[in-house]
Order: sequence, then structure tokens, then C-alpha cells
Amino acid sequence: MINLSINGVSHAVDIDPEMPLLWALRDHLGLTGTKFGCGAALCGACTVHLDGEPVRSCQIQVRDAQDRDVTTIEGVDGKVAKVVQAVWQKLQVVQCGFCQSGQIMSAIGLLSQIPKPADEDIDRAMDGNVCRCATYVRIRAGCMKPPKNSREGKSYAGHQDLRVKD
Amino acid sequence: MLDIKTSASKIEPASPARRNFLKSSAVVSGALVLAAYVPLIRKAYALTANDPPQPNVFIRIAPDNTVTVIVKHLDKGQGIATGLTTIIADELDADWSQMRSEFAPANVALYNNLAFGIQGTGGSSGIANSWMQLREAGAAARAMLIEAAAQTWNVPASSVHIEKGILISGDHRAPFGEMAVKAAALPVPAHVTPKDPKDWIYIGKFVPRLDSYMKTTGKPVFAMDHQQPGMLTALLQRPPRFGGTVKSFDATQAKAIKGVVDVIQIPTGVAVLAADTWSAMKGRKALKVEWDDQKAETRSSAQIYADYSKLAATPGTPAKTKGDAAKALAGAVKIIEAEYRFPYLAHAPMEPLNATMQLKPDGSAEIWAGSQFQTIEQATAAKILGLKPEQVAINTLWAGGSFGRRATPSADYIAELAMIVKTANRKEPIHLVWTREDDLSGGYYRPATVHRIRAGLDAKGNIAGWESRIVNQSFMYGTPFEPFMVKNDVDATAVEGAADMPYAIDNLSVEWHRAQSPVTTLWWRSVGHSHTAQAVETMIDALAVAANKDPLALRLELLKDEPRYIAVLKLAAEKAGYGEKLPAGQGRGIAVHESFKTYVAMVADVSVSKDGAVKVDRIVAAVDCGIPVNPDVIKAQIEGGAGYALGAALRNQITLKDGIVEQANFDTYEPLRLTDMPKVEVYIVPSTEDPTGIGEPGVPPVAPAVSNAIFAATGKRLWSLPWDFGELRRA
Repeated sequence: MINLSINGVSHAVDIDPEMPLLWALRDHLGLTGTKFGCGAALCGACTVHLDGEPVRSCQIQVRDAQDRDVTTIEGVDGKVAKVVQAVWQKLQVVQCGFCQSGQIMSAIGLLSQIPKPADEDIDRAMDGNVCRCATYVRIRAGCMKPPKNSREGKSYAGHQDLRVKD
Repeated sequence: MLDIKTSASKIEPASPARRNFLKSSAVVSGALVLAAYVPLIRKAYALTANDPPQPNVFIRIAPDNTVTVIVKHLDKGQGIATGLTTIIADELDADWSQMRSEFAPANVALYNNLAFGIQGTGGSSGIANSWMQLREAGAAARAMLIEAAAQTWNVPASSVHIEKGILISGDHRAPFGEMAVKAAALPVPAHVTPKDPKDWIYIGKFVPRLDSYMKTTGKPVFAMDHQQPGMLTALLQRPPRFGGTVKSFDATQAKAIKGVVDVIQIPTGVAVLAADTWSAMKGRKALKVEWDDQKAETRSSAQIYADYSKLAATPGTPAKTKGDAAKALAGAVKIIEAEYRFPYLAHAPMEPLNATMQLKPDGSAEIWAGSQFQTIEQATAAKILGLKPEQVAINTLWAGGSFGRRATPSADYIAELAMIVKTANRKEPIHLVWTREDDLSGGYYRPATVHRIRAGLDAKGNIAGWESRIVNQSFMYGTPFEPFMVKNDVDATAVEGAADMPYAIDNLSVEWHRAQSPVTTLWWRSVGHSHTAQAVETMIDALAVAANKDPLALRLELLKDEPRYIAVLKLAAEKAGYGEKLPAGQGRGIAVHESFKTYVAMVADVSVSKDGAVKVDRIVAAVDCGIPVNPDVIKAQIEGGAGYALGAALRNQITLKDGIVEQANFDTYEPLRLTDMPKVEVYIVPSTEDPTGIGEPGVPPVAPAVSNAIFAATGKRLWSLPWDFGELRRA
């Protein structure tokens, strides 16, 4: 049994101890917000927080994540997270959106450490997150946006959930 | 979910004859469906641009006041769900917060792309083909709601108007939901007049994207996120060489991996089925397969280029002939020759290809996918499974990018999945997943291309003649698209952007050689324009320099009868400060290109260091795509298109060594990253023309604008892509 603490909830999962955290989250805990983009820490789509630090979940074996706090896009909370998500919505950063969970997890990590990042700080924190739609102009703007000037924006059609249920 | 079935699911696009037949025999259900169902007659017809308004096909108004737009196109980030919803919301004068979108089921009769005749998304046609269809559908729904309110209140319909989703007459007020049932019983008006553009409240203005919230909160919206109880994950081991086949395989070790439930052979490889993705990956790694390469591509990229180069030295099939280019060039006083090489390119959407399929107890099948060619995928899966097309339901989900990759005339990955499902013959749903390595080595690339140009100036410095020879593979022959795309044995997508170049050149010859290889190829964001714009726009630049003319001035001169080109050129030049003197080591270049009826000019600024390192500092773009429905989405597509094109031009190429792809993941095929991204400014030319495409047209002008800027900074021409900055260091 592997004991994982995900978004404040404990789970005991009977899985291969070498399984990357990414696949445990997605396939065994139903937390599909964390994305598979490359499986080799080259794109950042699978970024989660491990004890508050952004990491690539495709490179963390579940046995090494035991007894540590894992936070995924579904569980992010707190002022910085809310502001980042709201700014992302306001600036309409997303296009296809597949990388954006990872982008947002990295941005939250950055802005938690450095509330007013310089360009070089953004370069360092965000360069590992690939966006094939190249939404980088807005990703940078989203990281620069002074958090105090933004508020949680009104989200339209926020409940849209297109899973097809039997 | 909608319960829609139809028997009209042929794979071939509706021909003109068929369209006429359909038009005369079309009977469209009269009930405006404002609640949960769309009662469709099961009859073979397909909507065309000439059909009466179809509110019941595209709009669902519920008693809770939500207005759901049924979106017939795939949204892979280009914003079409928001775009089509904008058109309906505007016609209805709805409140944006009540608008929803839902992807249409596979149903070619109702949801065909009016530009293709099949249900599918591509060619930057989403808004363009839906424009009048949805304006009329919205106008009809509006008229029916107003009529329902008028009858309820016993007032003339002319006294009823709508404000932000509220029907109003005198003191009477009602939200849409209250009138939905009554309106549903009214006949659909045969003719409607969409709103006057001066009354638009959303079109041309900012509206929030429908998908921002769910995509910033990790909601499961992609095919990759689709999960069902008992679902198995399949990974397919494909031949390492294109055209290869399975000779034999040994699954002993793969089957010993915990979680692996089966290993099966299908015509295109060996599939490992497992309880989860990790087990499937381990199982595939343990698989031993011997391949038969007798019919496979075994050349290396250098050889392919050499073969193409040899072909380019010989006359090809004429794609465009104007005047006598050979004679004109014989008399030219100055000739510029260039051979351009463009590599195979992978699309590499962020969401790797994947789809889930399940056989149902009643014998039908259901698919969950980011489906881009629903009609082709439905027909292909049906054929493999031995079903009728209407027995295959497709749930289209939001796609994590495509750039053309999900739209294959062979329905490649859906076909693979159907073969796996058929061979495995299990009750469980099966989710076929491609890894990034599968994606980059899996073919369906932008065709590698050699383009040889000879162009010359006469004694007055005017362009005397121009000869282009383009060599590449076609992905149109043998597909349902061949009759439309191949004319006089020339694949239009192979030469587009060159054969139809807009410049007033009296003596022009564009020829094409069709190259052959088992390497699979496909449209890649902007298709032929992805390489022809680089060739045409850098050569025009070189001719301007050779004629001692300013590159912008020469373009304006050669485009004097093309006002839309001129408008974008002038706007981009003005906004970019074109003509300013720049410090040493910096350069500014310009390019213009039309694709999918949208005109884009770009001015690029670059800095080149002494050691030849190039940084693209800024791109200023001007775009004319007709009426701009969602200006912010248009800006986003140009920003993103600039980045997508720049990444490819900087460092992307798929190369073969003895037939085997040399790139594996994002380390060897490294996408553009944040630190590579220039500033991008986008300016939209105001227009009253019908809207045209925006998903692709931002790509073509990027590489030539930057190439021309590099020339301005260094005096050196980098013709081919990706750029070889080493040339800047060499004497």
C-alpha cells in the first residue's frame, strides 16, 4: 500500500511503488487536472506542488511522495492561487488549455515566493512549462499582474462540465 | 444528451448534384426545440447554405433560461465554441451569462461544415461557414420567442423587444425560459433577417471565453480525462519505419507485467491492453516485436532532400503559367536563385492523441475523442467494426490542440482504436493513448519540401520573370478530398501561396513534382502556406534589395490592385515604425500573406549578436479577417500563431536516419518556450466583409518577416527552415 496525502486527503492505494505520481493521480485517484504532456519533465504539464514546491509529477515515484503534501490544480487554495486563476481568466490566457494546469501551478509557486516578479524571475519559473498554443504573451502578463489590483473575476459558464455520463 | 440519429452518413462530401437533390427534398422539422430533445426526421438530407433557418438544430433554450448553442466544430483552443455562441447570443440579445455551448453529435446531415459537405473542422472555416447559418438560426429563434411572448401577452409582436435575455413589451417582462415551451410549438419562420450590424452587442466586442474557467481549474474536459469504470488503457507499438509491418512478436514478458490484461496484433502494430497507463507503458516496453521493412522508407533525410533537389532541376507539372517565364528570365539582367528546404514537421499538440471506444450490448459503438473529422471517423470506425455509421456515436470533447493533427483523411488513430476494440472484443471501454514519443515519431507530418526559385529583374529594375518548382508529397490523393483539392494533377495544398501569389508579375511559372514516400504527411497549421510564404516573401524581399527598392514599397507597387493587402501592409508598417533607423546588430523585416481569405502583414524586429545568436524582439501584426467576431480571440490566434510558427522556424525538424525518426521527445524537438517568445502586437483592420479564417493565417508571415529582418541586420539570407544561424557566423 502506498499512502498519499493529496489536497489534504489521505489515500491508501495499492499500486506499483515506482509508478509516477502523475499516473497515480490520474488513473487511480481520478484527479485528471494534472496533465500528461511528455512524461520526461520537458513540458511541465504535470506540475503539482510537493510540500508547496512546484515539481514534475511524471518524475516523482509514488513511494517518494508518501507522507508529503501533494497539491494538484483541483486542490489549490489560498489568496495567490485564487488571484492567479482569476487573472488567467481575465486575461483570457487559455487557448486549448491542456498545459494551463501546469502553467498555473508554476505561476502560483512563483508568486508565492516572489509576489512582484521581474522578467528574469518569470523566465526562471515558467520557461519549463511548454504551451504549444504559445500563449506566452499572456502567461507573462498574468505573472506580472500585481495581485492586489485584481479580484476574482466573474466566471461565466463556469459549471460547464462536458464529461459524458452514462 | 441529444438523441440524434440519421441515416445520412456517407463519407463523400455532398456533391452539387446531391446538394440540389437534398435542397428540393429537404423537409425540416418545424418544432423549435427549446427543452431537451431535437426531434429529427430520419431522412437522408444534409443542410446546405441555402436551407431555411435551423434554430432547433443549433439552439436549445431551457426553462432555467440557459441558452445552449450546439457547436458543430471541434474547439481545440481556437475559440470556436465562444465564437459560434457569440453569433447566437447577439441575434437573441441574450445575456452572456446565460450562454452555454455543447459539442454536436456526429451527424453529417445536420452538422456538416458547409465548406466541406462533411462534419469536420479545418481550413480555418469554422466562423466563415457558420456565419449566416447561425445568424439565421438565431434570428428565427428570436422571432419565435417574440411571437410566443406576443401571443401570451396579447400584444403585437412588433411591440416586443429583447434586452439582455428578457422579453419586454410595455409592462410585460419574461425571461426566455418562460416562453420556451410555447415558442417550441410555433412554426419556424421560412425567412428571417438577421440583425443590422449597428445593433450588434457582442460581435466585434469583448466577450469572456466559455472555456476559461474550466481550463483554469483543472476540470476534466479533454478526451484524455475521460474515465469509465473498468476502462482499459491501450498503447500501440508501431513500426519504427514508415511502411513497416509486424513480422512476429513475443508477448511473454509483456503479459507478465502486473496490470497487463492482453497483447494483440492489429494490422498496424501490436497493442498492449492494461488496467492503467503505467502498466501499459511497462508492458509495451517489455514487448518484443520483429518488423518487416521490405516496403518501408529506409532513406535518410539528406538522401530525401537530394532526391527532391534532383527533381527540382527538372520541369514539373504546371500549377500556374502566366506569360513566358523562361524567355523573360533569359533576357533578365539580374537573376536570383535559391533552393529552399523545409523539413517534415510534427504538430505536437499538448494533448497527445487519444480516444476511448466502447462496444455496447446492443452492438453499437461509442467514441469519446477530440474529434475533428466526425463524419470520416464515424464512417471509418463503422467500417472496421462492421457497423453502419449511425451505429457509431461520437462524443466530441474539447481538444488539447491539434494544428491539423486530429484531422486525418484516414482517421488514423480512431482506425487504430477501432481495430484494437474489434480484435480485443471486450466489454470494457478501451482508451488508446499515444505517448509524446509516439506522437513525434508517428508521422502525419507537414511534408518535407524543396522549393527552387529563379527570379530576375529587367534593365529597369522590374521583375522580369519568376520560376518556382516545388517538390513534396501529397496527402490528398486517394482521400475523399482528392476531387476537390487535386486539379490537373496538381495538389492545390502543395503549391498554395505560390501558384496563387498576388504580385503583379507578368511572367510566372509555378510547377510541382509529386514525391513519393511511405512517410505519412498531413496539413500542418496553414498547410502549404507554411512553406510557400517563406519562399515567396523572402524572394520578393531579395528582389527589392537587388532593384534598390524598399521592400515595403515594392510590395505596395506590385499589389496596387489589392486593397486588402495594402491595408494590412500599411497598418503593420505604421504601427511598427517601419523605416526608422535601427542600431547596428538590429534589423526589421516585413512580410505579407493571405491564407484562408484572411490577410496578415507582419513586421519583425530582431537582434543579432556577433556570434550569430538571433533574438526575435517584437512582431507587429495587422490582420484583415473580415468582420471580427471576437477581437480578443483573433488577437490570441495571431499571438499564438506567431509563437507556433517561430518555434518551428527556430529549431524544429523531423529527420530520418535510415528511415527511423531521430527525434523522440521535447528535448530533441523542442517547442518554443516562454523565453523565446517576442512581444506581439496585433491590430485588426475594420471590415464589413463576411468573416474569414483566423486559426491558421497568423502562421505564414512569421518566418519570412523574421528572415527579412535577419537580412536587414546581417546582410545574409537564410532561405531554408529551420534557420541555420551557423550561416551567420560563416563568411
